[in-house]
Amino acid sequence: MTDSVKLDAKVSRRSLLKGAAGIAGLAAGSGAITGFPYVHSAEPKVLRYLGTGVNEGDLIGQQCFKDTGIKIEYISATTDDVTKRVVTQPNSFDVLDTEYFSLKKLVPSGNILGLEAKKIKEFNNITPVFTKGQLPNGKKIGDQGTAPWKVLYLEGANSKNFSKTATDYVTLIPTVYNADTLGIRPDLIKRPITSWAELLNPEFKGKASILNIPSIGIMDAAMVIEATGQHKYADKGNMTKEEIDLTMKIMTEAKKAGQFRAFWKDFNESVNLMASGETVIQSMWSPAVTKVRSMGIPCTFQPLKEGYRSWASGFCISKATTGPKLEWAYEFVNWFLSGWAGGYLNRQGYYSAVLSTAKANMTADEWGYWMEGKAAVGDIKAPDGSLLEKAGAVRDGGSYEDRMGSVACWNAVMDENDYMVRKWNEFIAA
Amino acid sequence: MTKDRNSLIAWLQAGPMMLVFSAFFLLPLVFVTIVSAWDYNEYEMLPALSFRGYTDTFEGCIAQLPDLCTILKTYAKTVKLCFLTWAITLTIGFTIAYFLAFHVRSKTWQIVLSLLCTIPFWTSNVIRMVAWVPLLGRNGLVNQGLIDLGLIKVPLEWLLFSEFSVVLAFVHLFTFFMVVPIFNSMIRIDPKLIEAAYDAGATGFQTLVNIIIPLAKPGIVIGSIFVITIVMGDFVTIGVMGGQQIASAGKIIETRLNALQFPAAAANAVILLGITIVIISALTRLVDIRKEL
Repeated sequence: MTDSVKLDAKVSRRSLLKGAAGIAGLAAGSGAITGFPYVHSAEPKVLRYLGTGVNEGDLIGQQCFKDTGIKIEYISATTDDVTKRVVTQPNSFDVLDTEYFSLKKLVPSGNILGLEAKKIKEFNNITPVFTKGQLPNGKKIGDQGTAPWKVLYLEGANSKNFSKTATDYVTLIPTVYNADTLGIRPDLIKRPITSWAELLNPEFKGKASILNIPSIGIMDAAMVIEATGQHKYADKGNMTKEEIDLTMKIMTEAKKAGQFRAFWKDFNESVNLMASGETVIQSMWSPAVTKVRSMGIPCTFQPLKEGYRSWASGFCISKATTGPKLEWAYEFVNWFLSGWAGGYLNRQGYYSAVLSTAKANMTADEWGYWMEGKAAVGDIKAPDGSLLEKAGAVRDGGSYEDRMGSVACWNAVMDENDYMVRKWNEFIAA
Repeated sequence: MTKDRNSLIAWLQAGPMMLVFSAFFLLPLVFVTIVSAWDYNEYEMLPALSFRGYTDTFEGCIAQLPDLCTILKTYAKTVKLCFLTWAITLTIGFTIAYFLAFHVRSKTWQIVLSLLCTIPFWTSNVIRMVAWVPLLGRNGLVNQGLIDLGLIKVPLEWLLFSEFSVVLAFVHLFTFFMVVPIFNSMIRIDPKLIEAAYDAGATGFQTLVNIIIPLAKPGIVIGSIFVITIVMGDFVTIGVMGGQQIASAGKIIETRLNALQFPAAAANAVILLGITIVIISALTRLVDIRKEL
């Protein structure tokens, strides 16, 4: 008893000396819950942030430290490695940046904390894309695959089951998402491209590519096959064994006929393939298209009539994170949704989860170009200040409503995932 | 007494290495083997005996006959790439080692020239592989050069993302692993033996076949073990240089790991280990390395 009293006295003196009202306030607030937060509150606030790098950036880390005093330690890994780490080493991180489709593996492992919705200030302002599966204007969007609203809520704080209805416990607070499509080299193709089916068009023999991450690659393959009219899937994100066989059969035939120049797995590989002209049409991610374009090479993130394949990521918190660290983690998530980070991500061509706060952090011209599909009035710059588009440019695919409204399916983990992975290996070996 | 003492000292000398070897190699290997027989679901390993990792791997191998199933096709491809790489690195490596050992007289130059062989290792593996694209690509230097010379009209597609480019990258990377052990064996050859052969009227070729190759055998086998074990397990080079379109035994393990199917990955690792051990033990049958050292 005496020990803890002494400790309290010593530490509160230290925090008085520091005089940081914010820290003291937080310490006082959490003190009621845990009983001994003073010891930690005087230490620097550090959170270990595990993720794939999409949301990461020195600028975000610096701004966060400036606004909240929380120091972010980034741990970067590939999508697959992040999942592996959560399942096998839940103590090695505090905040997790991951995609909704991974939740089907993460939540049953029991290593993810159910987040309390009422502690997230902007929770009710999160775009209805996540909560209801519709645009702010009420238009319903595609729900094939692991759509976020299917895995957003847990049945209880410690539940391993997803809830079909809204509860107070959230699996993952969304931060960033986008609608993906094919990237093309308009200068080498020299004609309009309007359908996913073009990926298998013999015209592009030896000049096409698809990404070699099975869970995403198969979705692109399904978009292509449905576009060619060879099969209509009930749910592209949850195929039956027969559908997987059919999909892989068609892709294998194309591979054997020499349709694909290479498959890619890594952001930079996709940029290299496109920039060097090895491929002219391929699955691609938005920032990779931007990168090719910033090298002075024409590249279009081509909107297609069958729609987009969408993905969304956000923050989970490890179940091993407790006490003041947990409070900081909530504080960090709240900061992330408060606007600065949202504006930063929107300016890279992603979308932020809370649109109103991001808008307040962007100029009217930036908002018009990135979100409303308007022609840029002035030059459009990247967050680091480099020139992205000249005045007068219009974003590929147009406005937020046009792009997110045309989402056909979401990245997914299928029930037959194990079978699919085996078939994917067979496809690579063929 | 002395015999006991000697053997005690020998054990003490070998002890530390043995401990490290058991703790960080043998023990993990035992775990991998155990896990390979477990069951699994989407997110965890289930410690129940199930040989699903193995049965799934060989799925369709009998039903698809006479066509090869995935795993056999993959191994056929891996072994083929491995054999090509081995044959080429051996030829080039042997030639370089021969040059260094018998044509370069001064020790200083021998060291300088051996160090030159390490230059490819001064940059990272990934950068080296990325650098092949501007060289071998459709619009790369080689194709441009050949077109400018009028030798070809359309760019050669097989230069990049093909078995050719995979083997090329392997040879570029691993020839050094052949050069060092072969060179090491060759400088131990007593020059008097070669002089004696010359005096006895042997031609250069006869000397090579009857004196140098037999005496350099340990180096050849050690170099071969390096190259074969690395190439059999590779998935990075095959992935990047093969445009991710060529299967390899290592790649299958990686895909399984990434899908969190640890027991299946372990089963594949055990299979790969078995096959590699068979190849290596066949090689060591040819030469008893311990005796030759």
